[in-house]
Amino acid sequence: MKKIKKIKIKVNGKIITIIDKLTLAELIKDHKIPLKKVAIELNKEIVNKKGINKIKFKNKDVVEIVHFIGGG
Amino acid sequence: MSDKLVVAKKKFDSRLIVGTGKYRNMSECAKAIKLSGADIVTVAVRRVNISDKNKPLLMDYIDPKKITYLPNTAGCFTSKDALRTLRLAREIGGWKLVKLEVLGDKKNLFPDMIETLKSTEVLSKEGFKVMVYCNDDPLMAKRLENVGASAIMPLAAPIGSGLGIINKINIQIMRNQTKLPLIIDAGLGQASDATIAMELGCDGVLVNTAIAKAKKPFEMAKAFKNAVIAGRQSYLSGRIDKTLMGNPSSPSKGII
Repeated sequence: MKKIKKIKIKVNGKIITIIDKLTLAELIKDHKIPLKKVAIELNKEIVNKKGINKIKFKNKDVVEIVHFIGGG
Repeated sequence: MSDKLVVAKKKFDSRLIVGTGKYRNMSECAKAIKLSGADIVTVAVRRVNISDKNKPLLMDYIDPKKITYLPNTAGCFTSKDALRTLRLAREIGGWKLVKLEVLGDKKNLFPDMIETLKSTEVLSKEGFKVMVYCNDDPLMAKRLENVGASAIMPLAAPIGSGLGIINKINIQIMRNQTKLPLIIDAGLGQASDATIAMELGCDGVLVNTAIAKAKKPFEMAKAFKNAVIAGRQSYLSGRIDKTLMGNPSSPSKGII
């Protein structure tokens, strides 16, 4: 059996440890983030939200998840 | 008579645009917006709080289907950051009408017009409809127009300063030189400032702090709504000429 490998990625400035099989879709779901109300960047590239169930991470990936908040 | 604000071919009933920042909470913000009658609200793009899943979301309080969200690049100090922010904003759900604001100084919050001009050109080429926060500088406004801005948004005074319109002459020059929507953005302190902006011929005003930080934000939201309507009506009515001497209101003939 293949051993589960753990990697570290940075999400919104916070380092988290995940298993390397985790997809971006699963990460979004685990954090209960409403996909329709956010935009996602992976290593400074905007991610097409339609394809997030195919996106996996490598060590030291940087993810930014943003939404609208109050502002002037 | 139809007298709507038209920006990038989209029509809006209200000429008052309001910001959604600085309120005590989301419900206060939502109520103030409703009372202001605004059809457009500015919003900021920020990180989702991933550790607090129950934090209220702006979209739960202000429905983007009913009110036009105008994503803003507030807090950006370089063209690179502003472009990144607005590309992300578009990705959230197709927002193309955006407000560009590239600041140049952390204390006075004046716009960096060189970065702003660069960003306007890039964004316009990418299909964005860019409403541009700028200095009250007619020459720079012309340049923004030349690179494809959809609206010119000169400051009245520094952001959040409440000083009102500092340079009325420049605003009038800008009004006379452009057919683009001219919207006063930033620096208003009270409702009468909005009336003055409209009387100068501006197409609209954008207000945040003056409402959000008023002692009674709901009352101030209503005051700004009325002030913008009054100013617009006054502008369209054509004011009388100014004279140095008095001119009696009653006929002199028939005095007993």
